[in-house]
Amino acid sequence: MRTVTYRDALNEALREEMERDPDVFLMGEEVGVYQGAYKVSRGLLDQFGPDRVVDTPIAELGFAGIGVGAAMVGLRPVIEFMTWNFALLAIDQIVNSAAKMLSMSDGQFPIPIVFRGPGGAALQLAGQHSQAFESWYAHIPGLKVVAPADAADAKGLLKAAIRDNNPVVVLEGEMLYNVKGEIPDGEHVVPIGQAAIKREGDDVTIVCHSKTVVPALKAAETLAKDGIDAEVIDLRTIRPLDLDTLTRSVEKTNRCVIAEEGWPVCGIGAQVAYDLQERAFDYLDAPITRVTGADVPMPYNKKLERAAKTNPERITEAVRSVTYTSA
Amino acid sequence: MTQVKAGTKLDPARTEFYRELLHQMLRIRRLEERAAEAYALGQIGGFCHLYIGQEAVAVGSITPLRDDDYVITSYRDHGHAIVRGISAQGIMAELYGKATGCSGGKGGSMHLFDAATNFLGGHAIVGGQIPIAAGVGFAVAYRGGDQVCVCYFGDAAANIGSFHESLNIASLWKLPTIFICENNRYGMGTALGRASTTEDIATRACAYDIAAATVDGMDVIAVHDAMSEAITRARNEKKPTLLDIQTYRFVGHSMSDPVHGVYRTQEEVEEEKEQDPISRFCRRLEQDGIMGVKDFEALDDEIKKEMDDAVAFAENSPDPEPEALYTNVYAD
Repeated sequence: MRTVTYRDALNEALREEMERDPDVFLMGEEVGVYQGAYKVSRGLLDQFGPDRVVDTPIAELGFAGIGVGAAMVGLRPVIEFMTWNFALLAIDQIVNSAAKMLSMSDGQFPIPIVFRGPGGAALQLAGQHSQAFESWYAHIPGLKVVAPADAADAKGLLKAAIRDNNPVVVLEGEMLYNVKGEIPDGEHVVPIGQAAIKREGDDVTIVCHSKTVVPALKAAETLAKDGIDAEVIDLRTIRPLDLDTLTRSVEKTNRCVIAEEGWPVCGIGAQVAYDLQERAFDYLDAPITRVTGADVPMPYNKKLERAAKTNPERITEAVRSVTYTSA
Repeated sequence: MTQVKAGTKLDPARTEFYRELLHQMLRIRRLEERAAEAYALGQIGGFCHLYIGQEAVAVGSITPLRDDDYVITSYRDHGHAIVRGISAQGIMAELYGKATGCSGGKGGSMHLFDAATNFLGGHAIVGGQIPIAAGVGFAVAYRGGDQVCVCYFGDAAANIGSFHESLNIASLWKLPTIFICENNRYGMGTALGRASTTEDIATRACAYDIAAATVDGMDVIAVHDAMSEAITRARNEKKPTLLDIQTYRFVGHSMSDPVHGVYRTQEEVEEEKEQDPISRFCRRLEQDGIMGVKDFEALDDEIKKEMDDAVAFAENSPDPEPEALYTNVYAD
């Protein structure tokens, strides 16, 4: 085991996959000479040269489509968006081209491509730079969606995404890049579609992913002091959801809180709650509840921003409500 | 910018070549006529955009390609598909939504695909195929190959962002992609002059330092010659080209749309039909003593049989199995 930052774990994944497979290349704004807007691609230009670490103009639709075209004829592009907010300009290529090409051609043209970059809110970046788009991409058949919460999963899931023969959306956490974590030595690939039980418990299941894993674990610690033993499950993959792991947990705990960073309407929590009531209705002792970002464009003001975000206190409160232990 | 003019007298030594150009244009025309009939009978559903009037563009520009080159186009894709080598059977069966169609019945008229002939599909979001074509050019350059990718789109697509982003990048990175604007003067019902600050699409290439030509798209030889230059530029110099190939669609935007009406007059359509690329080429072949009426009739009979056979094949083919609903959504 080694301790590295989430950022460097992603860098390792890119480096190892580019060393392993000459068809893998990285393309995006500032990925080369500038070493990455968030330094995820540090050193890659020196090692692999400008043909494989490709700086683009600010033209998200253009370079996303270039990635799709390259994938269509057998390359394995990794397309970096400086943030997922900017990928809205490219979503036509992600949804209309990448996700549908295999189906429209009835299997003739797989699109092995990774679209990656940071998503979600950082600090005081206001409305256009503070959005979690998990549910947008998870809605689309033909896409896979992963959202790693720690360094080990960042490395392992990105490697799995690059090796996958489908378009994979990798939602990284802007606030997670500096967070250190242990990663296993040697080859480390995390299969897409497997959730991780981050803490075992019997009384309630807290479902979370990406940036909500840490607040969920904090909430679990607080609750433990009051004798409430929470199981914390990190989804890791948003599409396809690991419903077996979620169902087994809820069958054991009989209660469930879903925490996410994104907005509530048609959010990930809405989907998970639906799936769990369908699969484990008879096991539930309380309605499933959600903790989400506030249903507003993110405000700039620090206090308002804090109030809009999912935090340990709100998760703790939600658990108290489903365990009927509110003060 | 060069202005490509039609050649002078046709060379009798190239009779087989001319015959093939005519053969391919007639195949498109007859395929589309049969598609229109089948659409009217309800055998073909959805949107169906016919290529009648524009045949010289696909034939003149696809015939000079090599088998390992790539072709990608918009939703008006039947003509490019058949010239590129997808069988009339495979296309007609796809229009019928049958399992034997070139996209397994999953794509329909707007999404013909064929990996075997490097036909990268019909794409139905205006301009969507343009960056994809640049990406294919990128992949060729990445691997050090000498293939080219030819990309078709309509005049209306020259106003969309992806067109400008792709031309800029293709020029900047020296990608072997040939951008062909099939300028039929109308984006659905909007005349080019009502949508674009210039009706001279080739001038758009200046902004991106790309070679360009304006081509008479009703003259199959002119298209072929202009395309041959563009192919040489892409293959040998690794540079893109923008061709503004001026043509006209004799039919409505799609089968659901009128041929004329609020956006263009019947008189205009009738006048343009005098430039019909097939009859114009036939006149020239006759005048220059290359082929005669009997040759045309024999060719047409052969093609009509091919299309009869394609329609019968489509009619007799099975629908996809119900299980096909969930296949090929994800690759293994």
